[in-house]
Amino acid sequence: MSTAGHEEAAANAPTAGEYIVHHLTQWNTTGHAQKDVIDFSVLNLDTMIFSVLMGVLGLFVMWRVAKSVTSGVPGRMQAAVEIVLEMVNDQAKGIVHSAESRKFVGPLALTVFIWIFLMNSMDFLPVDLLPTLWQTITGDHHAYLRVVPTADLNGTLGMSAGVLLVCVYYNIKIKGIGGWIHELFTAPFGSHPLLYPVNFAMQMIEFLAKTVSHGMRLFGNMYAGELVFMLIALMGAAWTASATGVSLFLGHIVAGSIWAIFHILIVALQAFIFMMLTLVYVGQAHEAH
Amino acid sequence: MEHVLGFVALAAGLIIGLGAIGACIGIGLMGGKYIEASARQPELMNALQTKMFLLAGLIDAAFLIGVGIAMMFAFANPFKLV
Repeated sequence: MSTAGHEEAAANAPTAGEYIVHHLTQWNTTGHAQKDVIDFSVLNLDTMIFSVLMGVLGLFVMWRVAKSVTSGVPGRMQAAVEIVLEMVNDQAKGIVHSAESRKFVGPLALTVFIWIFLMNSMDFLPVDLLPTLWQTITGDHHAYLRVVPTADLNGTLGMSAGVLLVCVYYNIKIKGIGGWIHELFTAPFGSHPLLYPVNFAMQMIEFLAKTVSHGMRLFGNMYAGELVFMLIALMGAAWTASATGVSLFLGHIVAGSIWAIFHILIVALQAFIFMMLTLVYVGQAHEAH
Repeated sequence: MEHVLGFVALAAGLIIGLGAIGACIGIGLMGGKYIEASARQPELMNALQTKMFLLAGLIDAAFLIGVGIAMMFAFANPFKLV
């Protein structure tokens, strides 16, 4: 069945490496792929647009449910939202003991959970669907687009930096600015002038490690998940190019289904972990040493 | 050039393999303890299950980050120009 068309398509098709590199390149404000590893003048437009879209979608769904809420027999949607709400509320009660802080931290945790869950769920769309649509719309066959905002380190580190700011706010609010500075220099080893620099260094390392691992954990999981979806897509591409290996096609379907099902667990779990760690870190800010 | 490619392939294998060993031992230990604990105190099963899933995610994370990095080495090889 290997026709001339197939061979030509195979010759023009990108190699596996090119395909993956293309899919891992962000659509940004410079109009081409980012050159330096760190460049703060570049904005990743796809991450920003899709994260805001998912945030609006989450808010809209919650608003619709909240508007039509009934004390009678709840609908399926209301029941689902109530389950999530109760779950987040229980966790918040167990970790953050101040009822006043919970008025802000509880909704924050719920927002974080639903928002990250929705952003992670972008992984379930076929890897080539939105990028191909985007390339058709713009007419540029090399247009870059990444659809999973949490698979971009900038997105997840931005969120974990936001959590860090909330922690700093509560540290100052609960302990007072003097109390917090006192704690920075006297915990964890004790109050002795010789130990001040050690204590301060430890506290800074703790804040840095907390924030970086918080963001990296979500990013790493989503990035690896996205890459495995791409590898499975490549298996399907190898089938269309070879036109003989039906087993590749079957493997593509089977592997794709298995990974997508396993990925549902990861998507929900990582959203849950990010929410739990947000609560834990804010809870730590309430504890005086 | 070829030996760089070979080393990168070996490195990717090591990253995934060693990470998998660690994550599997961790999940195995924790799962075993969870079963043991819920056999002793069945009424704590639900509370422990939440914590177990949380920890499973934490254990898994380091491994999956490793897989991501190894895949990047394999397909978007950053050492090509060396």
